[in-house]
Amino acid sequence: MTALVPTREDVTGPHGGGPARRPALPASAAIAVAVLAGAGVLSLLVGANAVPLDALWDEGHPARAIVEARFERTLLGLAVGAALGLAGALMQGLTRNPLADPGILGVNAGATFAMVIGMTMFGLDALGQFLPLAFVGAAAAAVLVHAIASVGRDGATPMKLAITGAALSAGLASWTTGLLLADRKTMESFRFWQVGTIGGRGLDVLAVGLPFLVVGALLALAGARLLNTLALGEDLARGLGRRTTRDRLVIALAIVLLAGTATALAGPIAFVGLVVPHVVRALVGPDHTRVLPFSMLAGAALVVVADTVGRIVLPPSEVQVGIMAAAVGVPVFIALIRRTGRAM
Amino acid sequence: MTAILERPVGSASRDASDVVRRARRGPARHRRRLLAVLSLAVVGAFAVRVLLGDYTVTIPDFVRIVGGEKIPGATYIVMESKLPRAVLAVLVGLAFGVGGAIFQTTLRNPLASPDIVGVSLGASAAAVSAIALGGWSGWSVSLAAIGGAVGVALAVRAVAGDHGGFRLVLAGIGLAAAMQSVIQYVFTRVDEWDVQLVLRWLTGSVNGVDWATIGLLAAVLGVLLPATAWAAHSLVATELGDDTAAGLGVGRRRTDLLMFLGVLLVAVGVAAAGPVAFVAFLSGPIARALNRGRTTLAGAGLVGAVIVLVADYAGAYAFADLNLPVGVVTGAFGAPFLLWLLARDHTSRRAA
Repeated sequence: MTALVPTREDVTGPHGGGPARRPALPASAAIAVAVLAGAGVLSLLVGANAVPLDALWDEGHPARAIVEARFERTLLGLAVGAALGLAGALMQGLTRNPLADPGILGVNAGATFAMVIGMTMFGLDALGQFLPLAFVGAAAAAVLVHAIASVGRDGATPMKLAITGAALSAGLASWTTGLLLADRKTMESFRFWQVGTIGGRGLDVLAVGLPFLVVGALLALAGARLLNTLALGEDLARGLGRRTTRDRLVIALAIVLLAGTATALAGPIAFVGLVVPHVVRALVGPDHTRVLPFSMLAGAALVVVADTVGRIVLPPSEVQVGIMAAAVGVPVFIALIRRTGRAM
Repeated sequence: MTAILERPVGSASRDASDVVRRARRGPARHRRRLLAVLSLAVVGAFAVRVLLGDYTVTIPDFVRIVGGEKIPGATYIVMESKLPRAVLAVLVGLAFGVGGAIFQTTLRNPLASPDIVGVSLGASAAAVSAIALGGWSGWSVSLAAIGGAVGVALAVRAVAGDHGGFRLVLAGIGLAAAMQSVIQYVFTRVDEWDVQLVLRWLTGSVNGVDWATIGLLAAVLGVLLPATAWAAHSLVATELGDDTAAGLGVGRRRTDLLMFLGVLLVAVGVAAAGPVAFVAFLSGPIARALNRGRTTLAGAGLVGAVIVLVADYAGAYAFADLNLPVGVVTGAFGAPFLLWLLARDHTSRRAA
């Protein structure tokens, strides 16, 4: 279990040895914000049609319309990426599982399935209507995966959780396909959504989802200290006066809000929540008060960059951000298995 | 004195050899009976699939149609829709059932079936790329599928190293996700989005396959299945583990050959019908349970054929006007079984 999130530093505090080698917090924050800003600007300029830099501020520029279209999708990418990065960090912290990710553990598949039920069987078509369904589906899938993986002598090991999540995702994907076949119109509009994409959606969609993302993010950031305490183990956390059940519920609620909304906005994107926290922990250490905000920034940057690269990597078609995320995430996933396999 | 001593010893040894003989004969007889019952089940399911449904065909009519007689309406429906679907269902069921049981037995892990560790999706990704991007058709698609399946199998093995169990399964799940992304990417490249194409290569379907493809699959299986039967003599020893198997004279090479045959079986099945979900995963354990806990490849193949036939029939007729592809049905009902297997904790014993 050496790869598990919380290590010695959690016990000894942020000044307990390791962090001295890392850049100071303000410097890391500045770098992260700069990377994010750079990613955002690139996302506005790069694509099938490259746009010169001055179109960003020249209102009368001929390429202005392209910039505006890309602006919407960049904002959506930032929001979705931040939510996924944060949700992944929360899941990895809460379950102390290096393989946790809303995509791998079936949370996204649960949200997708619930939404498709709403669309095909109850005829819902507005995002605000099926967002609650996405939350219910995400929560149900998360609970189910943990319940099934917890059975047995060795409990919910990371490996068992990941396999259970994959099994549930596969089954739900079949049910989703079955429902969609009955409703060809929904299927057509699902074509790109099901892969995971942030293109072609207006700001009104983002406006509906944003409040839930903000609440989720606030709960998450409030939960950073809870995670640090929980990392010490159930007994010690309780000895320190934490009500661990309530703490877990707060964090679980944040995960459901973030992953559910992200799925509703952009489709089931896996691997962002897996990769981002590992990179962030390598940079800023295991303290969750740092890991969580940096995971937000890094997740946003990763999704926007993945989307930008996806536009130009294999012309003439566009590679959806969900596919790009898998291209980045699968090698990381396999490296993690190789590293942690012995311990599990 | 000697006579007194010898008599009981002699009878005891006779009793013992009797017991041994009976103990050996029992399972063999049970296995034969099981295979007979399963064969009957395949024939029964086949008959139901071809004769019943939305258009009922009588047995004499069926014989006349297959004999070449033209009956308006019925001939077309039987020869172009029902019969090819049923024949293909039997063939891919056999291929996936035997291939899956080979994987599970050789790797000694029920989770390590080709549809879970990404081998099926690897074959599918290669086949759909060859068709949609390369414009290939016919046997070259099968070759592409074989290439994809072998590639994924080797990659899983390289990642998992000597660690079987969960690590191998997880590596396969990761590669399966990657292969799924490849398939989805190919779909974004095709000019006209074809639902049937998507369903075939992402979930598996026996619908709308021409006789040439079926004939090709039948010919390839006609070679592969006997080869598997020959190579599978070593399977009992393989189940005891690599070291024990080597001690019993079954080399690694023999196991590798069997594994390769399993990959080929799955790949040619996928090339014809797509990665029909969970058939390879389900058939082996079901056949094993029916065979009182002993592995039987032939039984697994027959169980696979029954599963695909029944699932295709259910998908076509169970829901009023909805024609579900077989892969959706097997996926929807196979996943709960997989979850149940995980919950029952039968896997963690083999986790190391």
